[in-house]
Amino acid sequence: MRFIEIKNCYKVYKNGVAAIADLTLSINKGEFVFVIGASGSGKSTLIKMLYREEKPTKGTVEIGGINVGKLRNRTVYKLRRKLGIVFQDFKLLPKLTVYENVAFALECLGMKGSEIRPKVIKALDHVGLKEKLRSFPNELSGGEQQRVCIARAIVNNPKLLICDEPTGNLDPKTSKGIMDVLETINKELGTTIIMATHDKEIVNRMKKRVIVLDSGVLSADHEKGSYKASESV
Amino acid sequence: MRKEVIKPVKAFRILVRSIRDSFKSVFRNFSLSIASILCTTITLVLVAIAIIVTVNVNHITKDLEEELTIVVYADADTTDERLDEIEKSIKNMSAVANVVAKSKEEWRLEMQSYSDTLNTTLDYLEENPLLDSFIVTVNDVDDLRPVALEIRELDNIESANYGEGMVEDIISVFDIIKTITVVMVVALIVVTAFLISNTIKLTIFSRRSEIEIMRLVGSSNTSVKLPFVFEGFLLGVLGSIIPIIVMIYGYLIMYEQISNSSSFSIIELVKPMPFVLFTSLILLLIGSVVGMVGSARAVRKYLKI
Repeated sequence: MRFIEIKNCYKVYKNGVAAIADLTLSINKGEFVFVIGASGSGKSTLIKMLYREEKPTKGTVEIGGINVGKLRNRTVYKLRRKLGIVFQDFKLLPKLTVYENVAFALECLGMKGSEIRPKVIKALDHVGLKEKLRSFPNELSGGEQQRVCIARAIVNNPKLLICDEPTGNLDPKTSKGIMDVLETINKELGTTIIMATHDKEIVNRMKKRVIVLDSGVLSADHEKGSYKASESV
Repeated sequence: MRKEVIKPVKAFRILVRSIRDSFKSVFRNFSLSIASILCTTITLVLVAIAIIVTVNVNHITKDLEEELTIVVYADADTTDERLDEIEKSIKNMSAVANVVAKSKEEWRLEMQSYSDTLNTTLDYLEENPLLDSFIVTVNDVDDLRPVALEIRELDNIESANYGEGMVEDIISVFDIIKTITVVMVVALIVVTAFLISNTIKLTIFSRRSEIEIMRLVGSSNTSVKLPFVFEGFLLGVLGSIIPIIVMIYGYLIMYEQISNSSSFSIIELVKPMPFVLFTSLILLLIGSVVGMVGSARAVRKYLKI
């Protein structure tokens, strides 16, 4: 069942840089997809268009039947509530504890305190950080901070998890831990995951679908692909 | 996408959370909060001074203007019937507010009461040498001159005077003072708005990552804005407390001093009640509204994509 549908999509920035050119692809529900490509290949732009940080210049980006490009600034939050986003730089609030950071996502939705607590505990349990509820981000390692970010992204049971180079700042061992968490989420919760990455080792090991971008153009799309299969990149 | 309707309970919860968060963040960002509060305090003290000056200058000029009258003297041989006619025609003039007739006998009695010498002198005279007169007040000080000229055109009029020259000078000075004070109040309010919103902009700039994260996890623009708007309101209210206290005590002391002093006997200030209450309300209103609007505008910048 198709969940994400991108059709003849173009993105040209105001300074004239063409980041995406004539991109057409679709992603099914429950898939785990890697988006790879060199710096400047359009990975980040594609990811940003999915959570409507950027609008396509031409063409359509549809998620679960919503034309994301047509959403107005005022209504973008409705889309974001159905997504989880994981960033390379974690984007945690330094003055809030681990628990508060995860709960923050639910508080923004106006959820009751008694409903929030079990959801936050469950999300932190998923990423293996149940014991660190009261710690502040600066008391955690990079890997742990990224797990908090993942917990915040999944706490509202999103259908889609968008990860923008989540292992970019982590060492190989910690990266593997993060990927294990993501794979579990994908398998157990059935969440569709799209992940932009540079990490060859991860892509090669996980044997998932790989979408290769080259100067904004889709240059390869392999089921169970790897960096090797796309060596031209 | 399914249309989401925010239930009243949910909206209330978001509101309560916003108020709670605004209190928290005033303390969390203490130094910037103090900067905003001080900035509001200083400018509002200036606004308070400007309001006091404007209102009192207006009050004093109005008092003085009310005392400006035209004194009309009729010829010595004017009959009583003719005096009635003159009074009627003056009353019929559109710019005239009031006409009080004062007969030569009334003048005589009044002058006799001034001093013993005048009393004796006037008693010696068989015939009253004074003239029948009318005291004319006009609706507006600007009408003094045209009305006086019109009265002079009537028959049996000896003179119609209003203190030419001096009155025009006083009026033009008052007009200048009034204009200056009004311009000052408006300019100060604009400066206040600008300073407060700039300080709040700084506060919000330092928290732009917080706003970004709020948006990324699905906060609606309103729920991002609300805590900041409440915070602006709070800073504005806190900033107006000192100016209000200073204004109330300052004005009470000044009023007391001036009304007890013999050298300022011609100046009568506006009574402190309810003037200080109105001014306090105005200061509170300026502080809180500028705080809220400043915050809302500053956040809006970060809500656009």
